[in-house]
This record gives sequence, C-alpha cells and structure tokens, in this order.
Amino acid sequence: MDLLADGVIRAFRLIINLDPEVAEITLLSLRISGSATLLGLVIGIASGTAIALASFPGKRLLISVINTGMGLPPVVVGLFVSVMLWRSGPLGFIGMLYTPAAMIAAQTIIAVPIIAGITIAAMQNLPENLRLQILSLGASRPRTVWMLMLEARLPLLAGVMAGFGGAVSEVGASIMVGGNIRGYSRVLTTATVMETGKGNFELAIALGIILLILAFIVTAVLTLVQQRGGRR
Amino acid sequence: MINRAVFCMLISVFIVQGFIQASSVRVHAETTDVILATTTSTQDTGLLDELLPVFQKKTGFRIKTIAVGSGQAMAMGKKGEADVLLVHSPEDELKFMKEGYGKTRRLVMHNNFIISGPPEDPAGIAKSANAAGAFKRIAGSGSLFISRGDNSGTHAREKALWKKCGINPEGGKWYQQTGLGMGQTLSVAAEKKGYCLTDMATFLSMKDRLGVKAFMEGDGSLLNIYHVIELDSSRFPKINSRGGKSFADFIVSPAAQKIINNFGRARFGHPLYYPDAGKTEKSIGR
Repeated sequence: MDLLADGVIRAFRLIINLDPEVAEITLLSLRISGSATLLGLVIGIASGTAIALASFPGKRLLISVINTGMGLPPVVVGLFVSVMLWRSGPLGFIGMLYTPAAMIAAQTIIAVPIIAGITIAAMQNLPENLRLQILSLGASRPRTVWMLMLEARLPLLAGVMAGFGGAVSEVGASIMVGGNIRGYSRVLTTATVMETGKGNFELAIALGIILLILAFIVTAVLTLVQQRGGRR
Repeated sequence: MINRAVFCMLISVFIVQGFIQASSVRVHAETTDVILATTTSTQDTGLLDELLPVFQKKTGFRIKTIAVGSGQAMAMGKKGEADVLLVHSPEDELKFMKEGYGKTRRLVMHNNFIISGPPEDPAGIAKSANAAGAFKRIAGSGSLFISRGDNSGTHAREKALWKKCGINPEGGKWYQQTGLGMGQTLSVAAEKKGYCLTDMATFLSMKDRLGVKAFMEGDGSLLNIYHVIELDSSRFPKINSRGGKSFADFIVSPAAQKIINNFGRARFGHPLYYPDAGKTEKSIGR
C-alpha cells in the first residue's frame, strides 16, 4: 500500500513541478491519440453513417465484421502495421516505422471500428420515418444526412470518447510500431511499461495516474460538449 | 455555439499541428536516423541515456533505440530492420557473423551474470563451487527456477548452463518461463521465492525493493560480454550504414568508454559495466 501512496504523491509532484520529460510524454500521448481519434472520427463516422443508411447485400456481415473490430487486439494491429512498414515490407519505402506517424496509423486502425460500430448503431436507432420526414420537407441528400447526424450526436460523441479511450490506453501496438524512443515516440502507456520493467514501480504508478487524469480531462471536455448539445 | 466552434477549432489546430510535426520529423529523419537494436538491460540501467546525448551532439545522428532481447535484436538485423546492434549473446553473435549479416563485431564492455535467489537459499547453492554446480543443486532439490524464456542474451546463457550440467529443465514443474524482460522476470522470481539468472546491473538496481540475494558473484564462467555489430550494407541497401558505423566507432572510442567506466559508480559504489574496447574476449577471462 505504501507503494501506491508513494505513486500518488509522486504523480502530483510530477504534475505540480511540470517535470519537462513527463510533460513532453503527456503532450505526445495527447497529440498522437488525439490525431488518431480525429482521423478515426472522420473515417468512422463517415463510413458508419454510409453503411447504416445504405442498403446493400452483405450489410449484416459487414456490420458483424465492424463490431468484431471494436475489440481488435492492439498487439495484432501493432504486428500488422509493423510488418507492413518494415524496410523489407510492402510500405517500407516510406520509412515510417518507429515514428509517431506510425503510432497514429496504428491507433487510427484501433479507433475506426469502435467509432464506426457505435455510429452504425446510433444511426440505425433513429426512428425509421425521421429520414422520410426530413426528405419530404425538401431537404437535399447531404442536408438530410447532416440532420440525421445531428439527431444522433449523443451516441456519436460517446463513440468518439470510446475511440479516444481505445487509442490512448493502448500499449501493445505503440511499443511495436513506435519503439518507445525517448523524447520522440515515448508515450504514457509505453513509459509505464518500461518503468515497470525497470522496477521503478512508483514512477510507473505516477505515470499511470497521469494517464488516467489525461483521459478524464479529454472525456470530460467531450462530455461537456455532448451534454450541452443534448439539452439545446 | 460560436464558443464551441472556436474551442473545437483550437483543439483541431493543436492536434493537426502535432500531426504535421510528426510527419515532418519523418521526412527529415531519413538520413539522420540510426536504428539501434539492443538488449533491455542497457536501456533499463540507464546507460544509454548517458551515452546517446553525447553521441547525438557529436555527430548529429539521432539514435532510435529499440530495446528488445539480444535474440530479437539479431532477428531484426537479419532482416535489415536495424542499422547497428549492441548485444550480449556471444555464441549467437558468432553464428550471425558467420552467416554474413554483420560487417564488423567489436567488444564494448562486460559485467557479470549472477544467480538471484531468496536469502534463505532453499537449494543451498551458496555451497556450490560454480554456476553449473548451483544449477545442479536447484534442479536436484526441485527448487523453483524462473527463466526469461525469450531468446534474450540472458536466456541463451541460461540454456547453455543447463546444457553444461546435462539437465533438460523444460517440462519440470520447478522450471517456469515468463517471456518477459529482465526486471519483470526478477520481480516474478522474487515474488515466488525462486531463483533466476540475471545480469548484475539489473539486479543491483532492483535488489533493495525485492529482498533478493546474489549468488555466484565473481564466478568467471558467468561473464556477460557486450559487442557492437555493424550490419553488412551490401546485403541490406536500405540500412543507414554511415550512421551505424558512426555509432559503433563512438561506443568503442575513449570518450564513450570513459562514460561506461564511470556509469553507476555514484549510485552503487562500483561500476555496472567494465569498458573493454580493443581487448579480446580471452584477455577478459572467457
């Protein structure tokens, strides 16, 4: 128990003193996972909406695949992205392995199915005749889709939060494609694993607490946006 | 509504800026980045944190350290996924060189492996004359032994020791493998009151917290030797051979050897690594 208490104290000391290395790691976590969420949001909501509103053969199968993807194991994503980005791999010529950009790519792959899956459920949950009603009022197609999205904004934002949660908490893929390089691709999760390996449990706990705080702040901001929009 | 839009825009700008920064670093990276595949111990003890800034300042190359086991580091080398290796698994290294993957292989430093175990010493290994004898006692008494099981340099050495005493530990109930790094394996062994083979540096940095005892200190058969290997660029045209050579030259240079010699003295009272540049394995007692 002492260790936990020490970890908590250490965490707050690191935060209050604005330890430059920890601050840098935290900012990088936010940037990488934020970028991945932003990309995931665009791809996930667009594809999710399209799938939910269109009808085509194999739709149920595709939705099942996406729903399975919501639980995509990060290490599998990491392995896949690594193999693709190896110098000897098909995308090796871009030289992207062991960069923050590779981490963004991996985390985007993790976030997209989560956001797309929740988007599909949210859009399908809208009343069937709402779409007809909007159309009959003379709205164009893009306008209709936009209004449906606005109608589903609560669950959509929940999807974005889940996507961010999946990205920021993931460690397996980040270590594999980012390499946990100091001052370059070291983020909160990979640093926590490393410090645990070194036996610096106190610092590892502190980093874990900072990660929780970061996730809380981002989610709180998104929730604020969500609830405000919800009341209207 | 406007507030929210401005806020969202600010957030987006912040993130996109990070995104651009990440990708611009990449373009700039092509020529100056050097991928160093090395063992977890050199990173976990903090040695690289002392060496790399000096190297980077001196040469302008940026080292990307990928800390894995020696086995995995050499596997990366065999595919040309690294530019230079710092490893401690001599037999495998010789094979690696023989197969023509490396260009040069130079001695960098050494320290010792030890056997870590519970202070009560249930297998009575304190009485044995050397490491092989200790391993025999552990197996004979069926005391718990925790293995890395990850093809790291430490694991390779452990397997060689079992072979030396003619014991096949696999499948024994007393023999368990973690598949984790040194620090974590040491923690597991301490928690379960088992023995394990560890490098001295990792042991020293964790022993106080774990309440474990070192056995077989100063056993000449437990030398832990690190070499730096440059990869053969004729085999892998994509590797940064200039950067790899630059790092290999640096780590055996007097400046780096001095850092290695002084490293850990302040914290542990004696060095964690002994610099060996220019020496032969024979001359340090192997």
